[in-house]
Amino acid sequence: MSEATMRELEVAVWRGGDSGGFVTYRVPERADQTVLDVVTFIQRRIDPTLAYRYSCRVGMCGSCAMTVNGRPRWTCRTHVATVAKGGRLSLAPLANMPVIRDLVADMTEFFDKWRRAKGRFVPAKESPKGFARVPPADPKRRAADAGIECINCGICYAACDVVRWNPDYLGPAALNRAWTLYNDVRDGDRLGHLLAVAGDAGCHACHSHQNCMEFCPKGLNPTASIAGLKRAVAGAYLKGEL
Amino acid sequence: MSAKTETLVWLAQRISAMVLAPLVLVHIVTVIYAIRGGLSAAEILSRTQGSLFWGGLYGLFVLAAAIHGSIGARTVIGEMTPWRGRSLDAAAVAFAVGLMAMGFRAVGALT
Repeated sequence: MSEATMRELEVAVWRGGDSGGFVTYRVPERADQTVLDVVTFIQRRIDPTLAYRYSCRVGMCGSCAMTVNGRPRWTCRTHVATVAKGGRLSLAPLANMPVIRDLVADMTEFFDKWRRAKGRFVPAKESPKGFARVPPADPKRRAADAGIECINCGICYAACDVVRWNPDYLGPAALNRAWTLYNDVRDGDRLGHLLAVAGDAGCHACHSHQNCMEFCPKGLNPTASIAGLKRAVAGAYLKGEL
Repeated sequence: MSAKTETLVWLAQRISAMVLAPLVLVHIVTVIYAIRGGLSAAEILSRTQGSLFWGGLYGLFVLAAAIHGSIGARTVIGEMTPWRGRSLDAAAVAFAVGLMAMGFRAVGALT
């Protein structure tokens, strides 16, 4: 074994619930190692009681997000080499959510807010005559496309200051979803989507700090989606549609 | 507060900000001009009293500041303290009314 592969990382991992604390583990450093690899090593080789969440390991499912060195990240696609300062890692569950145990945050509220933001497609009352023709270059379709790749990882929600300050705030992910649906011309209740996100718990509470955009692993810009919602809601209000 | 009222409040906040931005500049430039020119209080009053322009300008200033300040204070308190809901809404309205009363009284004395 070469000297490079024998080096160790010092990994502080959150253990316990909301009132838990950090426990430090030593994990061998490897080339091209991801943060998820490190967590898996600890769980399989050092302490099998460590709780954490992951599924696809390729950045599709959105289940492995954690707080890595103080910042929310998807751990399966975060290389240790890019984040470990001086061989040190600190891993905690996502912020702005209750801790279930160790690295597992309770995402119930996060998903409940998707529902409250009416983050689901509403079919039209009458069955469509043939396929809906949606030109890819249509401005509405482009706006929807820009936000559609969300994987529900909760990183934007954990990074958002307004979520921390206003417990009712729906959060960037749910609002971004509402924006994509509002721009879906096939949706049967586009005004209903606006009504669900208007107000102090919705788009109007956003301060445009852009943490969601900064940390979104998919490179989306929920702040822009929320700004779009603000404009659309204000427009609907002025037209007397709200 | 209903979604509709919240939207109105948000619009009022944005519009009052747009009104305030130029007014604050006019106010500050005027203050600097008056002080550097060495005008006394009596001289300033002689220019503002009976002036529809200054009365209108500062009347608009008071209105915009009362709207903007009360909505902003409500947001800051709602985010930074556990105080939310109807009692906070009522306090914000009272704050706006108080600001307007004091502001219009001052404008009245000036013009």
